[in-house]
Amino acid sequence: MWNVKHESMGRKELEHLQYERLSALVNKLYNRVPFYTKRMDEKKVKPGDIKKLSDIAKLPFSTKTDMREVYPYGLLASDPNDIVEIHTSSGTTGKPVVGAYTKNDIDLWSEGMARTLAMGDTTREDTVQNAYGYGLFTGGLGIHYGARKIGANLIPISGGNTQRQVMMMQDFKVTVLCCTPSYAMNIAEVGLESGVDFDSLPLRMGFFGAEPWGEGMRRELEEKLKIKAIDIYGMTEIIGPGVASECMQQNGLHIFEDLFYPEIINPDTGEVLPPGEKGELVITTLTREGTPVLRYRTRDITYLMPEFCSCGRTLVRMHRLMGRTDDMLIIRGVNVFPSQIEEVLLKVEGVQPHYQIIVERQGQLDTIEVQVEMNEKLLSDEIKNLAGTEKQIENAIYSTLNVHSKVKLVEPKSIPRSEGKAKRVIDKRKI
Amino acid sequence: MKIRQIAIFLENKKGRLADVTRVLSEASVNIRALSLADTADFGILRLIVNDTDKALEALKKAAFVAQVNEVMAVEVDDRPGGLARILEVFDKNNINIEYMYAFVEKRVENAIVIFKIDDHDRAVEVMKKNNISVVTNDILKNL
Repeated sequence: MWNVKHESMGRKELEHLQYERLSALVNKLYNRVPFYTKRMDEKKVKPGDIKKLSDIAKLPFSTKTDMREVYPYGLLASDPNDIVEIHTSSGTTGKPVVGAYTKNDIDLWSEGMARTLAMGDTTREDTVQNAYGYGLFTGGLGIHYGARKIGANLIPISGGNTQRQVMMMQDFKVTVLCCTPSYAMNIAEVGLESGVDFDSLPLRMGFFGAEPWGEGMRRELEEKLKIKAIDIYGMTEIIGPGVASECMQQNGLHIFEDLFYPEIINPDTGEVLPPGEKGELVITTLTREGTPVLRYRTRDITYLMPEFCSCGRTLVRMHRLMGRTDDMLIIRGVNVFPSQIEEVLLKVEGVQPHYQIIVERQGQLDTIEVQVEMNEKLLSDEIKNLAGTEKQIENAIYSTLNVHSKVKLVEPKSIPRSEGKAKRVIDKRKI
Repeated sequence: MKIRQIAIFLENKKGRLADVTRVLSEASVNIRALSLADTADFGILRLIVNDTDKALEALKKAAFVAQVNEVMAVEVDDRPGGLARILEVFDKNNINIEYMYAFVEKRVENAIVIFKIDDHDRAVEVMKKNNISVVTNDILKNL
């Protein structure tokens, strides 16, 4: 455990700390950030109304749209001269979301990432290969700061050039790999194709995040790379990675609650839901200085697990992401998450996690085609067996999701390999 | 008694068949027999070649999904009723044919036909009992 005091704090003491921090945050935001002054006035709530932790429910939410509207500096809560670093989201669908970091914010980020890496027993004796992209994307520098704080030997290789990734991994006796899960799969495949025996390498841990991945993908990665794969969580709007992470139990992600206050809400009504109920994760940054956020709606769907964890941490866990409110596909009225389709696919014997979902509208009807890459395990010299495999997957998708799909076997490597975030869905509908 | 056949997965895309033949040509592999089965989306190309291992290696290197299966090659009299006689034997003995295709080359006066059957060993026995000549890998190689 990196920070025994805060990671195994008594719940009463923790809640007291959270309240103190929330109260200070609300005061600061109301007085310094016009965006929050306006929002709180609209909700007729004053900083003085926050008398206990649960009063947080009185406060307004903030969303990605809000953040884009105030681009670039509308959420700044500190002296502009105290800002030492800027990150943004990719902004592929509009203006990017901006995170501004003070020196203390960088320390906070490093702390969250050191805790994350320490979840997998990373120490100064480890060699960390950081294949997350460096730059404005928070994945690269987030891991970088955490590994630096721990004092591990850090290889800042960034994403891409997979042959070189495999070479460095062997030559520098890498023990910890950090990247997106889809890129880890790419590294594993390139390694296996060039005859790397992962069993003989010291590689033992993988910290994967920044895109949704299921248990099937985890098994594949663990078997191929001979590692234990840990799911990590965070986003630019909050701070980057380092918000929550699985421990060695691999059963839910501990949220660093002393720094990031979690709530689960009903995404339609905004009502706060009790622990165990599934809904949208909302996070408030309790100690952030540059661009703190109040009740940020992450659009990620999960539930909180307040039960005691045998790792000894008292921090609440959230279940691995169960989808996003915005990547949810509505196919003929049925809610479908790409992650659910992935789970179904990986349960079918021989299917590898290379797939793409293509949604089209024919007339008034949505159609969904799932392209699955062929491999030797699935191959047969008889048409009826391959047609049977397609049918078997179609049936499995139908029985789990209640949606008719067309499964199409495609040639290997015909689905583009990820060097960062994998593109799983191509929505060709013009609505 | 078992003939090694290569099965290759092909998407129904322009030029894929040409890609296969180019890969085999570059590896100096000679195709002796072939059949293509297809659906709207994909096809399976089945090949008998002079050097199965070399062909398989070249195909995999070119990122094709390919595998080796075992099939039976039978000599068929090259005259009216030649194939009918053999199929009758299959039928009488309840041997189910998954697929069949003819060989490019002739062995003296007889044609050669490839059969894929579930119970290979029993089929070979039935052929022998009915005096139908089953072709071995060695014979095919030396054609």
